[in-house]
Amino acid sequence: MLHAILAASDPTFWLPRGASTVSGDVDMLFNIVMWICIFFFVLVTVLLLLFVVMYRHRPGVKRSTAAEHSTLLELTWTLIPSIIVVFLYYYGFRQYMNMVIEPPNAYEITATGKMWQWSFTYPTGVETNELHVPVNVPVRVILQSNDVIHSLYIPAFRVKKDVVPGRFNRLWFQATDNGQYDIYCTDYCGTNHSTMRSTAVVESQADFDKWMKITIDTNNNLPPVQKGKKLYMTQGCAQCHTLDGTRLVGPSWKDMWGRTEQLESGPDIVVNAPYVTESILLPQAKIVKGYPPSMPPFQLKPADISALMEFMKSISSHTSAADMMPTTGPATQPAATEPALTGSTTQK
Amino acid sequence: MSAVTGPISYHGPTPQPQRASSDNYLNHTRGVMSWAFTLDHKRIGLMYMIGILASFLLAGLFAIMVRTMLWHPLTAEAGASQGALNSAHDLYNHMFTLHGAVMVFMFIIPSVPAILGNFILPMQLGAKDVAFPRLNLLSFYCWVVGGVFFVYLLLSGVLHAMGFNVPGGYGLDTGWTFYTPYSDAKAQGSVVAATIGVFILGFSSILTGLNFIASIHMLRPRGMGWFKMPLFLWALYSTSLIQILATPVLAITVMLLCAERAIGIGIFDPARGGDPVLFQHFFWFYSHPAVYIMVLPSMGIISELIVAFSRKHIFGYSFIAMSSLAIALLSFFVWGHHMFISGQSAVTDAIFSLITFAVAIPSAVKVFNWLATLFRADIRLKVPMMYALGFIMLFTIGGLTGLFLGTLAVDVPLTNTYFIVAHFHYVMMGSTLFAFIGGMYYWWPKMFGKMYNETFAHVAFWFVFVGFNLTFFPQFIAGTKGMPRRYASYPVLSSDGRPTHFVTYHRLSTTGAYTMGTGLFLVLGTWIQSLRRGKQAPPNPWGANTLEWRCPSPPPHDNFTETPVADDPYDLSGWKYVSEEVGWVYDREQAAADVAAHVAH
Repeated sequence: MLHAILAASDPTFWLPRGASTVSGDVDMLFNIVMWICIFFFVLVTVLLLLFVVMYRHRPGVKRSTAAEHSTLLELTWTLIPSIIVVFLYYYGFRQYMNMVIEPPNAYEITATGKMWQWSFTYPTGVETNELHVPVNVPVRVILQSNDVIHSLYIPAFRVKKDVVPGRFNRLWFQATDNGQYDIYCTDYCGTNHSTMRSTAVVESQADFDKWMKITIDTNNNLPPVQKGKKLYMTQGCAQCHTLDGTRLVGPSWKDMWGRTEQLESGPDIVVNAPYVTESILLPQAKIVKGYPPSMPPFQLKPADISALMEFMKSISSHTSAADMMPTTGPATQPAATEPALTGSTTQK
Repeated sequence: MSAVTGPISYHGPTPQPQRASSDNYLNHTRGVMSWAFTLDHKRIGLMYMIGILASFLLAGLFAIMVRTMLWHPLTAEAGASQGALNSAHDLYNHMFTLHGAVMVFMFIIPSVPAILGNFILPMQLGAKDVAFPRLNLLSFYCWVVGGVFFVYLLLSGVLHAMGFNVPGGYGLDTGWTFYTPYSDAKAQGSVVAATIGVFILGFSSILTGLNFIASIHMLRPRGMGWFKMPLFLWALYSTSLIQILATPVLAITVMLLCAERAIGIGIFDPARGGDPVLFQHFFWFYSHPAVYIMVLPSMGIISELIVAFSRKHIFGYSFIAMSSLAIALLSFFVWGHHMFISGQSAVTDAIFSLITFAVAIPSAVKVFNWLATLFRADIRLKVPMMYALGFIMLFTIGGLTGLFLGTLAVDVPLTNTYFIVAHFHYVMMGSTLFAFIGGMYYWWPKMFGKMYNETFAHVAFWFVFVGFNLTFFPQFIAGTKGMPRRYASYPVLSSDGRPTHFVTYHRLSTTGAYTMGTGLFLVLGTWIQSLRRGKQAPPNPWGANTLEWRCPSPPPHDNFTETPVADDPYDLSGWKYVSEEVGWVYDREQAAADVAAHVAH
């Protein structure tokens, strides 16, 4: 008991260090609820143990019977808890509204959950797996899902919201301290739910702007193969496709480009630009035999698809040198071929 | 005490327990068929007991598996390949899902009503059986058939692991909550089999509830008005109301899910134009009241135990009885508190938060009334009483931590973390399981006519009590620190490089789980030992005044040779302890003396 009380008075024992404008108020409310709980728990436990010790059966000792009803007592222990819970309800709701109503002119970031990775898109169009935000600036996060329900949770900011496919939930926060904070997915979303984690990097506005500029420049100047590799990481391809030949959910990309595969529907198909483009935009259209039809559609820009294909070519032994685009210079060419939905199957 | 107006308060024959004869319900007829087609509520209760305890063992082993896997953080940094990591994650996900699903649908929901309710309810009513004995047998076979589907889930998982191709998915990895669209569009598990199983189990629950309501309305004996009913019956009555009103909603929900998974109608899957949050509304419309299906009968047991071992009339009878009904009623209007962060409107959140707080009141009223019953009592710390006292402490923790989650702003950081896991285990396990075991010890002599070893059972209790708290209390701390639930692996270091300490809390918790597991096996040991070597139990070993103690232990096929007449079930005056062999007997002179002493007071 004493240990619990001592521990409870240490603010860092329970909640992690707060780092947003709402964390102070939430923590205070948490502490109020906690002390109410400790009070009632101690009250109940002490009375329980006291009665058990005082009124334990002793042979020969006759107890005078006590009352078996008291309206006054019943009303007391109905009304006092009622008043307490109304008070808790009121402050809980008031603080909740502070957490729901977002300040105007917040900086808007789109968070996309996909099995099993986060990606964050900034107004500049930059997309990253780590969340970068400037300190002391209100940030609105629009939440969208590519597949199942996820939940974005940043313990240090005391924010959490479900990411529901087909809906655009949102949350907001204003970080108050520079640093790196954990991001978790807290709604069970399948095999690697527990590794759907990321980091929120809070930095000064100047550092944030510098980071943004560097990221944009790097993206624009990457050679196609490198850009494709980066997309492979940021878009979540790595969750299902390996680069070393081992099979996860989908086929490994090693030696995939240029190979001939048999489709679930029977005919053979060559893994080439039309087929890969179609498989990214409409993955369910043609499934290679033996693989589950579980890939969600990815709405990528033609230039990105093109970069991804260059990356696939670079790790395939079926690729001739003539297939490759120049390895230097920005990858600005559009996708080599429009998505040809008829594909190049041998089906009649 | 208003009920006692004269020296003897009984209107009929004395409540002397009827003596045991060699013919009892266990040996009344013989052969497997006499059990398989029995209409005797006691035999059905016993068959339920074997099945439900086996489910508990199975679900408990899944829990031990989950806790064992969590001993190691299982991070990719440890050098495991992505493929090995995926397999480990899949195994964990199947284990926690089966643990939850088997525990909830096959153990906790039926435990108290189907075992103790079936056995005790007709006898507390002084009746020969429940109102509809054939319906009772049907409900048992519904449970068995539902159980077969869960056994199939397990077998399909095992077969898949052995390399066989299992059509329609194997095992179950959706979590016991079956959240869409994961469950209907993505999950590899056999969701169809699971939902059919849940559907059939639901009928078992509905039929039991129907039977109990009819029995309580129709079979109460002379002298038992509504407010002379034992509180266990009030609790079962409230529970039955929830069972028949809420379970059909679950049945519809899982059928829609099954149809969506099997033939692709678009109710819940956004890719087909459905709404996944609608599923959560449907699901919790049943599953929140279901929490009270689990805990209300337990509260009824506790009222019985507290009275019998305090040797004192229950305090605030009508408040306890009415609080059961209030909880049953309010339980239908709080489901939205499971979805505070799902994106439902803030107004909806506010309304559900308020009603959630309202449920806290009747629960608090019960705890205070139990405490008041202990005041100036004559307490005997027999094993059932230890579980009752343990229940009060654990239920207090479980209930109070609910305040954190009802408070909207505080719920946001805590929900879906281990704080929730700890909270509902304190309520579902710390409360329901403790009351269930306490009730089993309490009615064991009646069920089998054998006493158990008091010392052995006390040792088992302390293992369970200490193990339970060691398992679940550290989870509160891990949860406030942000550890999400349903995580197969967890970070050792946070993003800023500081240790998360999650590994410490998980290891404490796992140690606790093993301790509690040991304790539960010891509990089973005390029961087996009692069956093999237990002393003959007297008709009334505890001196309680409810009617089930007035027939022999074990009861004959028809329970009572003469119809008993009921009186205030908690007026213990007149019961006198004679000896271990004879138990408590009713003594008119003692009754007169008790009443006189009371009037003088």
